[in-house]
Amino acid sequence: MEFSGRKWRKLRLAGDQRNASYPHCLQFYLQPPSENISLIEFENLAIDRVKLLKSVENLGVSYVKGTEQYQSKLESELRKLKFSYRENLEDEYEPRRRDHISHFILRLAYCQSEELRRWFIQQEMDLLRFRFSILPKDKIQDFLKDSQLQFEAISDEEKTLREQEIVASSPSLSGLKLGFESIYKIPFADALDLFRGRKVYLEDGFAYVPLKDIVAIILNEFRAKLSKALAGRSPTVWRTARSITTPTVRSSSPRMSAHHMVAIVGFLKRYTTHTGCGWNSLYSHREEVAKSASVLTARSLPAVQSDERLQPLLNHLSHSYTGQDYSTQGNVGKISLDQIDLLSTKSFPPCMRQLHKALRENHHLRHGGRMQYGLFLKGIGLTLEQALQFWKQEFIKGKMDPDKFDKGYSYNIRHSFGKEGKRTDYTPFSCLKIILSNPPSQGDYHGCPFRHSDPELLKQKLQSYKISPGGISQILDLVKGTHYQVACQKYFEMIHNVDDCGFSLNHPNQFFCESQRILNGGKDIKKEPIQPETPQPKPSVQKTKDASSALASLNSSLEMDMEGLEDYFSEDS
Amino acid sequence: METFNPTELPELLKLYYRRLFPYSQYYRWLNYGGVIKNYFQHREFSFTLKDDIYIRYQSFNNQSDLEKEMQKMNPYKIDIGAVYSHRPNQHNTVKLGAFQAQEKELVFDIDMTDYDDVRRCCSSADICPKCWTLMTMAIRIIDRALKEDFGFKHRLWVYSGRRGVHCWVCDESVRKLSSAVRSGIVEYLSLVKGGQDVKKKVHLSEKIHPFIRKSINIIKKYFEEYALVNQDILENKESWDKILALVPETIHDELQQSFQKSHNSLQRWEHLKKVASRYQNNIKNDKYGPWLEWEIMLQYCFPRLDINVSKGINHLLKSPFSVHPKTGRISVPIDLQKVDQFDPFTVPTISFICRELDAISTNEEEKEENEAESDVKHRTRDYKKTSLAPYVKVFEHFLENLDKSRKGELLKKSDLQKDF
Repeated sequence: MEFSGRKWRKLRLAGDQRNASYPHCLQFYLQPPSENISLIEFENLAIDRVKLLKSVENLGVSYVKGTEQYQSKLESELRKLKFSYRENLEDEYEPRRRDHISHFILRLAYCQSEELRRWFIQQEMDLLRFRFSILPKDKIQDFLKDSQLQFEAISDEEKTLREQEIVASSPSLSGLKLGFESIYKIPFADALDLFRGRKVYLEDGFAYVPLKDIVAIILNEFRAKLSKALAGRSPTVWRTARSITTPTVRSSSPRMSAHHMVAIVGFLKRYTTHTGCGWNSLYSHREEVAKSASVLTARSLPAVQSDERLQPLLNHLSHSYTGQDYSTQGNVGKISLDQIDLLSTKSFPPCMRQLHKALRENHHLRHGGRMQYGLFLKGIGLTLEQALQFWKQEFIKGKMDPDKFDKGYSYNIRHSFGKEGKRTDYTPFSCLKIILSNPPSQGDYHGCPFRHSDPELLKQKLQSYKISPGGISQILDLVKGTHYQVACQKYFEMIHNVDDCGFSLNHPNQFFCESQRILNGGKDIKKEPIQPETPQPKPSVQKTKDASSALASLNSSLEMDMEGLEDYFSEDS
Repeated sequence: METFNPTELPELLKLYYRRLFPYSQYYRWLNYGGVIKNYFQHREFSFTLKDDIYIRYQSFNNQSDLEKEMQKMNPYKIDIGAVYSHRPNQHNTVKLGAFQAQEKELVFDIDMTDYDDVRRCCSSADICPKCWTLMTMAIRIIDRALKEDFGFKHRLWVYSGRRGVHCWVCDESVRKLSSAVRSGIVEYLSLVKGGQDVKKKVHLSEKIHPFIRKSINIIKKYFEEYALVNQDILENKESWDKILALVPETIHDELQQSFQKSHNSLQRWEHLKKVASRYQNNIKNDKYGPWLEWEIMLQYCFPRLDINVSKGINHLLKSPFSVHPKTGRISVPIDLQKVDQFDPFTVPTISFICRELDAISTNEEEKEENEAESDVKHRTRDYKKTSLAPYVKVFEHFLENLDKSRKGELLKKSDLQKDF
């Protein structure tokens, strides 16, 4: 099966250029864009597509893919962001062009590490699957032909000849007759996943594939090609890099440079890593990511390689957290030590709640726990003096010698407040850091309970926290899907008795702040009456709120990060 | 047939490699018309010498080179491997990672030992006419699928020399197939799943794929004679208990009773068919057919493939016309037109054909004392005078088909390139 872009180039020469460039409302992105665009448009397109892919991800988590709700919500997202999805009567050129260019921009951003590539490919596949699913039958053949795919639908006579065999072979076909079902004839080797399980009829080296299964094959091909392109060996990535590092200056901003472009690229990467759901690939490839990030950035962005300022920038982009760091709080000194026990149950995220409990019970915490919890306490407003007192009191209960504490532990506490050694004021750990680094072992209590606890134990813990069974099962489902922070958000919603937490969680201290805000009546959050304990609370109602609030919070955190981007520009020399 | 004495091998092999091995046909095969440069030169062979000395990465420049080396080394066993990116005998000089296996025929190895759980006459390396039918059925089933389902045209079936058969699929496109597709093909052809700890190894679902249906139709032709008479799988309680383990417990009692009353396997099988289909019709609806009956037939008769042999592009497999060191039998091609008549016990051993050759040569010398015939002429006609001849003919037929295909392809290509 051949994917070839030659046809596309030919189209550009003939007829109405605009409509001919994009004959369909969806595409396989075989050719990179070759026009010049301004950096402003570059930036906007990139951001819009990131928003789109984030929605794709969120909707995929909140709804079963392919259901009516999923389909209609995804369609409205596409409409809102003005990307193509369906043939309309209005001018189709602009949405299709936006779709085309933004895809290639994101290829640049997401080629730089394994976890980003996986995320990007997954969302793009889901997007393509959706678009294909709403393509009218009569358009399918044309689209396949234009995309140079060797799929031919067989004639009715050929169908009748083989009807019994085809029906008996394909699980996706029910009933005894083919009816109007389209059947495609493709070389058997192109249908590996189908024929290996005997899920398709083979005859003389060809597989006779029903339309439904063709989609799976097409998507697989798409994934393979995209994966290859992102690996940086394909010239499309390089060409894109080169073509957009020499922009036509259509805007008036004075500071356009390759550095700027890379900054945008880096910003896009950061934006997805720290607000994302879906830690699967991230976690399993942690070790490789660090290695590959530095190798691949060089390969895939040769246009910017020569700039020495950029290399360190690129290398550090993968896992940096760029939200608030909660190191200096307005409420320093406003917490008293005797409030902590109560606060731990009311406003602490589960990770800190469990650390506090362990500390109280064992009168001790190991180093990992001391760091994670100690810095958190600093973030919620404990002063150095309070901290010293807090830890010493507890450790002494464990029969520790006060002198030993002073000698060993108090130095470390002062160090973490920036009062010793190189005097760095260490910042409390973000969720990202807690989930990804330093996993707990036997006897440790740090880490993220949603990530690091055995699901059974987690369930028991949540039960002891008096979370309802419905809530627990929702949380466990999210954990299963590796959406750890969303699970924590759910926990937040359960203990504060709100339908939607109103923020996108990425830091334990953020959890604390938001919790305090609700409890002290800061913001106006609608409180729903207590839900009756039903095993399945109406999913449509609840999930609608979840999805749209997730999107809303995405937008708000997006605004937050846009400010970060401005800082980048002002630093530019 | 003379009994074969392994200690005679070195002498026998010397004669075999000098006078009997069909080098020109062999070269004609592996050279594939010389269409691709260095295809033969980049092919790996491995030799097992006396005392189990094993050498890999052998490769040869041409037919004459191959002959000389084989005659020099006198290998006990010859294996054929893949066509590599470089000459295998120079692989050490190649930069690390650059020496890659690129193409190879798709091969299958069917071994009688894999059926030990369902044959009552023999076990392990032994075979007998009663169980050889398993190979016949395997060849028919697999070959049909390779030809009709996958469209493979050039399939060479070879007797392994002891307890099984091999298949070499030599189509040009097939030689290029990836490991993943090869695995997929084996999966498509597999139905019997599970090792020693699994009693019931075949499970059919509601929809029966045409491959399965056609395979069952083939088995049906042999089942009565093979399973019910020769293997006598329902002969006594011990043997029929094994069959009962494959059907639901609810019908065990009824079956036991009817088995006791019956006199032979044929009768018992009839009973089983009736009871099983009644059971299916009660439990499921009309959508189900005689699944239980088929599952038993498949477990007892369906081919069992070793996926590891087929999936690796660099896998080495015993060469056709190689000698089996334990039995002395030559690995001869099997005539697909006469599969049912193939009898492994009539395959010539190396000692037999060497003696045939001796006898003929002596006669000839007596008759044509003064004629000086060149060695080459001798050699090209020598095998023809022995029992090896008909098997070389089968091989030549296979080679002619390959040639025809190649010519057809070349014509097509030149047609496409013709300017008008």
